[in-house]
Amino acid sequence: MREDKLISRLRHLAGRALAMAPLLLLGACQSELLDPAGDIALQQRDIIYISTALMLLIIVPVMALTVIFAWHYRAKNAQATYDPDFDHSTSLELVIWAAPLLIIICLGALTWWSTHLLDPFRPLNRISASKPIDPKAKPLVVQVVSLDWKWLFIYPEQGVASVNQLALPVDRPVRFELTSTNMMNTFYAPTLAGMIYTMPGMRSTLHAVLNKPGHYRGMSGNYSGAGFSYMNFTLDGVDQRGFDAWVARAKGSGAPLDTARFLELEKPSEKVPPMLFSGVAPGLFDRVYNRCVKPGTPCMSEMMHHGQGGPGSGMPSTRNAPPPSGGKPEGAIFKEGEEKGTAPNVTKPRNPNDATGSTAPHSHKNESMSFNLVPAAPGLLRSGVSREAAA
Amino acid sequence: MFNEPLAKIIFGRLGWESFPIHEPILLVTFAGVVVLGTAILVLVTKYRLWGYLWTEWFTSVDHKKIGIMYIILGVIMLLRGFADALMMRSQQALAFGANEGYLNAHHYDQVFTAHGTIMIFFVAIPLVVGLINYVMPLQIGARDVAFPFLNNLSFWLTVAGALLVMVSLFVGEFSRAGWLNYVPVSNLQNSPDTGPDYYLWALQIAGIGTTLSGINMVVTIIKMRAPGMTMMKMPIFCWTALCSNVLVVAIFPILTAAFAMLMLDRYVGTDFFTNDLGGNPMMYWNLVWIWGHPEVYVLVLPVFGIYSEITSTFTGKRLFGYSSMVYATVVIAILSFLVWLHHFFTMGSGASVNSFFGIATMVISIPTGAKIFNWLFTMYRGRIRFELPMMWVVAFMLTFTVGGMTGVLLAVPPADFVLHNSLFLVAHFHNVIIGGVVFGLFAGIDYWSPKAFGFKLDPFWGKVHFWGWVIGYWVAWTPIYIVGLMGATRRLRHFDDPAMQPFFIVAAIGALIIAVGIAGFLIQIFVSIRNREKLRDTTGDPWNARTLEWSIASPPPAYNFAHTPVIHDLDAWYDMKNRNASRPTSGFSPIHMPRNTGMGVILSGLALALGFAMVWYMWWLAVLSAVGLLVLSIAHTFNYNRDYFIPADEVTRQEDARTRLLAAGA
Repeated sequence: MREDKLISRLRHLAGRALAMAPLLLLGACQSELLDPAGDIALQQRDIIYISTALMLLIIVPVMALTVIFAWHYRAKNAQATYDPDFDHSTSLELVIWAAPLLIIICLGALTWWSTHLLDPFRPLNRISASKPIDPKAKPLVVQVVSLDWKWLFIYPEQGVASVNQLALPVDRPVRFELTSTNMMNTFYAPTLAGMIYTMPGMRSTLHAVLNKPGHYRGMSGNYSGAGFSYMNFTLDGVDQRGFDAWVARAKGSGAPLDTARFLELEKPSEKVPPMLFSGVAPGLFDRVYNRCVKPGTPCMSEMMHHGQGGPGSGMPSTRNAPPPSGGKPEGAIFKEGEEKGTAPNVTKPRNPNDATGSTAPHSHKNESMSFNLVPAAPGLLRSGVSREAAA
Repeated sequence: MFNEPLAKIIFGRLGWESFPIHEPILLVTFAGVVVLGTAILVLVTKYRLWGYLWTEWFTSVDHKKIGIMYIILGVIMLLRGFADALMMRSQQALAFGANEGYLNAHHYDQVFTAHGTIMIFFVAIPLVVGLINYVMPLQIGARDVAFPFLNNLSFWLTVAGALLVMVSLFVGEFSRAGWLNYVPVSNLQNSPDTGPDYYLWALQIAGIGTTLSGINMVVTIIKMRAPGMTMMKMPIFCWTALCSNVLVVAIFPILTAAFAMLMLDRYVGTDFFTNDLGGNPMMYWNLVWIWGHPEVYVLVLPVFGIYSEITSTFTGKRLFGYSSMVYATVVIAILSFLVWLHHFFTMGSGASVNSFFGIATMVISIPTGAKIFNWLFTMYRGRIRFELPMMWVVAFMLTFTVGGMTGVLLAVPPADFVLHNSLFLVAHFHNVIIGGVVFGLFAGIDYWSPKAFGFKLDPFWGKVHFWGWVIGYWVAWTPIYIVGLMGATRRLRHFDDPAMQPFFIVAAIGALIIAVGIAGFLIQIFVSIRNREKLRDTTGDPWNARTLEWSIASPPPAYNFAHTPVIHDLDAWYDMKNRNASRPTSGFSPIHMPRNTGMGVILSGLALALGFAMVWYMWWLAVLSAVGLLVLSIAHTFNYNRDYFIPADEVTRQEDARTRLLAAGA
């Protein structure tokens, strides 16, 4: 029985958990979020600490009073005063409203100040607490595109690109420009800075800096469909020489990311291993967020421009005109009988023959059979496509 | 049998593939549901209960019976929602490194979507609405709500929505787009399956029920208070119910409109929330959260009212700072509209906008803090009896303050940038919803059950229920707070970092402890019914309480009050007891009552058919049921046979019975 196995496995794990109990708190201390390598994340962590301390000023007394009053005024305690008509005291009410108000005034000031100072759109004003920034130095630009379900990083100055691998030189300010092809994700490397949404048809910005070299992790922080759980990337903090070497390795990796390869890469895939590209089609990022990568599709910016001719002039003239980025399905009520198809149930992978898992019931390989096809793109850093395929 | 196109016309996209024939978890569940369902049907038929259920319950317009039915619906759906929670907890405890766990993404994504949807829309809302329905008219000295038939219709529409969600478990599949059905995941391009359609139709149908119920409750409170009960003499629970239902009336149309636009996108091919052609997914997020944040207060405000009533009763004191409680409630209701953007600070609104919404969010904690202090000083110089309802209050105060604190922390935008979408956030809202709303609902059920059924609930199993939930909550959610601080984000079905696994295992154990609590609750109900004679209360006022509902018999007669009470003070019943006001025992006159009608069930059945037909593209059935809905709704307005009189003799008989009971008890 499946359930029996589950219970025994849980029991086994529970035993291990008890044995590891002392390690638990230690584990929390190793958090990338609470001990970050980036200055922005560090300041954000400090804000967490300061606000928590401010709030504890009022939370601790309230919790203590709750316990004390509940115990002292229990019905069995004959010594306690009983005053059934005590229902108002102006001075007490004043304290009740004023105490939280004072805390919130402090916290509000902290919020206003820190929100503006740590605004992701705002260029950095320091490298770290001890290192001032050189006002003339230009930040490194990295363009981030979230695809279904992997991350594409474009380095326009260096002319290289990578998938699921982000390399950053330490102590160099970075300006991320972010967009998405289809789903909404958040770009999140806990050690570097807080998360920012990547959205189709929109562009956002994040300024950050990494202060310590090392291997870190990053992910999508916003659920975006079947492959979301494996939408991770590695973040390598390296010195300038290491970064140059990394760029050189990307340059030497063979194929560039041209439009055709991008369109192939854009297709949904899961558990994509890191890739490097030796070049990038010019203006690729702008075409992604203007939704006109596919040749022949009008860009959003052009449509806005056309739109100045009058209301609706930027839109395609008829319902049958091709939509800008192609492939928009028809509304359900316009479907003919055969077009309705049959809506499947969870048992059915979209295309059983393409799934890398086993189609035999009970197989553990069965459990990631959603869309996991890795596109045939060059520059795979590891041999083997994914764990399932290798197995 | 049919040639292909005809089958498509009749069954739309429903086919053999739509049934989970290969899915062991679902098949076992389905078998369980069939066995249990058949057993219930057989028992009901064997004891000839169909007629009784139909005439006394399903068609009833009595607010007390509708309230009880709402609560039964909420408890049943709690079991479903909690089963989903157990699946998620065990998946996350197992799925580390090479282990994929036992749920594939397709299945897991439906589980977390269904869990959130069910817990908010079909557990929390029905339980809150059920308690308001039962208690509020009794507290204001009314015979029934303002629109009794509408009340019955609201309930059955909610049931229809719940049924549609349950049907999706076995026919087709449910949404995989999160509990708010976020675009772009849920737009036609990314989810062409039935999931988002099930979600949209279930919530549209249930949402109309909730809106109608909100209108009903607001009108009842404004128009139907007993003579002498000015607004500032109204029990605090009625005040919180009023604010909550004003919010319902204001926000549910927004949700209905947002869902309607997404439906148009999916059915007609419009571009409100698509990625292209000027559609904007961000607009959907804004609209659902303009509904979503006030919704939190729709749930929690009435529960604050429950805590207030219970604290006052079990400390044997007037509520400390009644008027400041009222103002705090009103202020929270208003401010709740100014904070929705804090659900997506990270979307890039800019520092000034973020600061505004962050500070507005913090400001809400001032009236909320004042409320906590008011309960605290109600306990001060009280004589606290620690019966079950009061135990829930203390557990709530200790749990909820922590949730409030993490909530304010999340309102600071720079902190939110790292904690947004993290498990810290998930722990926060479970902290306030379990520690606030759920504890309060159980407190309310323990508190008002003697009124509804005439006997107290069993205290031993009540304590199992209580400790299971309280300990279970802390064991389950403390580790989730911690992994959130370690950088774990939400809705993941697999983790890489093995350092986190022990925390998830502890969390799974916590969920099992909560399961013990839920079992304790079910056993408590069962044991209480079995021992009802021993637990019987004949006084109608077992807790020595203070508000009007405790002045009448338990369970109350259909007409509630034989004579409409006249109110002189805030705690009306306490005031009557103090003045030794005597209960009228004669001079009864016939009482005008609303008549039962089956139209609520019929209309909701048609709404269910409409929803199912639209999900499966069976256009003929959709048109048929839509026309049926329209025609029958209009026809019902011509039904003038909607009231009757309870004769004076019958009132006298029931009141005499109570007089004898009171005399025997004294």
